[in-house]
Amino acid sequence: MSESIQVVKVGIADMNIVRSPHHIRTSGLGSCVGVVVYDQGKELAGLAHVMLPDSSLAKGSTINIAKYADTAVKELVNCLIKNGARSYSLKAKIAGGAQMFQYTSSNDMMRIGPRNVEAVKKELSLLRIAIVGEDVGGNSGRTIEFDPKTCLLNIRTVNKGVFDL
Amino acid sequence: MAFLDKFTNVHLDVLKEIGNIGAGHAATALSTLLDKKIDMRVPKVRIVSFDEMMDMAGGPENIVASVFLRIEGDAPGSMFFVLSIEQAHMFIRQMLGDVQFSFEKPPYNELAISALQELGNILSGSYLSSLSDFTNLDLYPSVPALSIDMVGAIISFGLIELSQVSDYAIVIDTALDDDNLSASESITGHFFLLPDPDSFEIIFRALGVHSNE
Repeated sequence: MSESIQVVKVGIADMNIVRSPHHIRTSGLGSCVGVVVYDQGKELAGLAHVMLPDSSLAKGSTINIAKYADTAVKELVNCLIKNGARSYSLKAKIAGGAQMFQYTSSNDMMRIGPRNVEAVKKELSLLRIAIVGEDVGGNSGRTIEFDPKTCLLNIRTVNKGVFDL
Repeated sequence: MAFLDKFTNVHLDVLKEIGNIGAGHAATALSTLLDKKIDMRVPKVRIVSFDEMMDMAGGPENIVASVFLRIEGDAPGSMFFVLSIEQAHMFIRQMLGDVQFSFEKPPYNELAISALQELGNILSGSYLSSLSDFTNLDLYPSVPALSIDMVGAIISFGLIELSQVSDYAIVIDTALDDDNLSASESITGHFFLLPDPDSFEIIFRALGVHSNE
């Protein structure tokens, strides 16, 4: 193979898709959730770095669809299907949704991590995509990298080291 | 970008002055605490995308010790005091007189965590009270929370309020230096002040600057 492996980077409130042999990665997930949707047969995967649970929270006139769980998951799936993925073979792996600061407040914003996870799961189940792996909650940041060939999600945390999901 | 279109250079200068006054008081507090000369850099006020904001603190995967607090009262917002791990070590060693100390693995030394939290508390408290005096607004800090983790994971939490209206953040960034020591030994910290979207107008009005001029 002369083609070198590239790692596609996804920023915060961003999404992208990748085809084998390349990998896709997002860094520093805290309360945000990284959603990977993939078609193993086609070796095609998409990753979204979701920041907020629901696009109805948006107060601006234009919205960034990659920022919200409901719009990002839909768009990610559309984009994969446009690029040749088969909707029946799509599976998902998710990571993130941590509670970074132990902080007692009635403010709902403090629960943003768990709310993001719930919203992503709800959207995936509406689209009938099975979640085959998840590493959510807790209180540490995560960096994730997905290989569409092996379909392994590599998760790195500061305190708990590195493992594959 | 509609939310940001209202900002002119005058507004950004006002915010810079806020950073100047707040961090100036915080630098004095740090200097008293450590009995050392502390220098402050000229504050930067920048309108940045969320990814650029991570880069300002050394990139999303850079591991830092950060004290976070919510500002409550008239003009809510979020505030971070960010130290690199080496800087946090240096500080804790000076405060506790323990030259061996390091954040190798959790569980972390409770006394060290407490000392660092207290540092954050004192510095951000002095930042905030000077800001409150200057603007005549009632601002209260929440109990500070400490986290040692990736920049991306920490800072994104402070961006949540802002992210509901904008894809850009206005960051008031002030860095502190200890100028007697070499770069590797100096205690450099960054203050990031992130007012909530609705707070800008309140701050500007309190200082007699109208937001839609």
